[in-house]
Amino acid sequence: MDKRERIVRRIAQELHDGDYVNLGIGMPTLVANYVPPGVDITLHSENGMLGVGPYPLESEIDPDIVNAGKEIVTELRGTSYCSSADSFAMVRGGHIDMTVLGALEVDEAGNLANWMVPGKMMKGMGGAMDLVAGAKRVIIAMEHTTRDGGHKILKKCSLPLTGTNVVHMIVTELAVIDVTPKGLVLREMASDTTVDAVKKATGATLLMEEEPARF
Amino acid sequence: MNKVLKSAEQAVAMIPDGARIMCGGFGLCGLPENLIRALHGRGTRNLTIISNNPGVDDFGVGMLVRTKQVAHFIGSYVGENKEFERQAIAGEIKYTLVPQGTFAERMRAAGAGIGGFFTPTGYGTMIAEGKETRVIDGRNYVLEMPLHADFAFVKAYKGDSKGNLIYRKTARNFNPVMATAAKVTFAEVEEIVEPGELDPDAIVTPGIFVTHVLKGAYYEKRIERRTVRQLQAV
Repeated sequence: MDKRERIVRRIAQELHDGDYVNLGIGMPTLVANYVPPGVDITLHSENGMLGVGPYPLESEIDPDIVNAGKEIVTELRGTSYCSSADSFAMVRGGHIDMTVLGALEVDEAGNLANWMVPGKMMKGMGGAMDLVAGAKRVIIAMEHTTRDGGHKILKKCSLPLTGTNVVHMIVTELAVIDVTPKGLVLREMASDTTVDAVKKATGATLLMEEEPARF
Repeated sequence: MNKVLKSAEQAVAMIPDGARIMCGGFGLCGLPENLIRALHGRGTRNLTIISNNPGVDDFGVGMLVRTKQVAHFIGSYVGENKEFERQAIAGEIKYTLVPQGTFAERMRAAGAGIGGFFTPTGYGTMIAEGKETRVIDGRNYVLEMPLHADFAFVKAYKGDSKGNLIYRKTARNFNPVMATAAKVTFAEVEEIVEPGELDPDAIVTPGIFVTHVLKGAYYEKRIERRTVRQLQAV
């Protein structure tokens, strides 16, 4: 199983029946492919769609139906549309149960950096700052380290922040980590890794309350 | 009262150089493409464009960027347009980034007569630098101000001669809120109908927010990401 599939499969286990969920662009979108049987969730897209369906068949393409990644999607029975202002009222107003987003850095206080790198052109935060400020639960889906092995889970973020004290859980190909008032708690580890390997790949203090479960 | 204009060209003839214009649409979806095309054709310059995205290189707001008609762009994400990026890096275009929900709410505030609002979005980030903050019920908030414009370009599905509008699916996006926030709102529609033909209960933008209505001559409705699935064998 590739890293991304392992990450999104594990995050899908966090979904509850009836949840309203916003999935970020890229890897987070894949969570929708692994919703557990018997769990019925409603996907929110911040451009004003509640009840996002799968990509269309070629014969079903409608340019008036896109998701937040500007991908063509379909509507479902029970889908509703609203303006961007109403859509972000859902977000900031605490009506979204969970959002899944990618990250460049996350730290021990649950601070998140995922929108810009100094020295590169600022492309914009889109809806990410609103989502992390408003969703009831913020789960980060990311590879544990950078491509060259650098730490992404840190004592303190160094990049410009998307939000402060906003992350609840981090899921990587190596570990499931809860952000708690005490710090980062290692809850689960991948079946093919060790505590030492996870610690080495992490630039922050990892706490353990009990032997981590395996996933 | 009849708010119907003959064409997008007639609408943009009212717009002077240096105007602040809101432009509906999310990516390329729900774009007032006829008004943009007409403004491109007229060559009006030194514009401030307020739109979620600057389109792509050769479509949407990107058409105005390419011809250097845009002096200042205000939106939430500018990553899909190479020419915009080139001008931004070269310092040829000024741009301001606003979190998308704050962007929508600032226009809502402008249209609703609200003098500003406290939002949790961006607290503790560079977006909040220099802004008033406040703790309300134990939570941190940032003061954001209303965002006004001289003109709004709105794309709706159908409209009547009184300016009542309905939208279609996610082509709604920022259009209704922009319709409320400008001094003059132009709504371009796919079909103009007689008053009474739109179900009064279904009208999303009441005509009071719309100054002029016109039928778009042509809709390309370009698709930004053509994602499709294949039929599966069972």
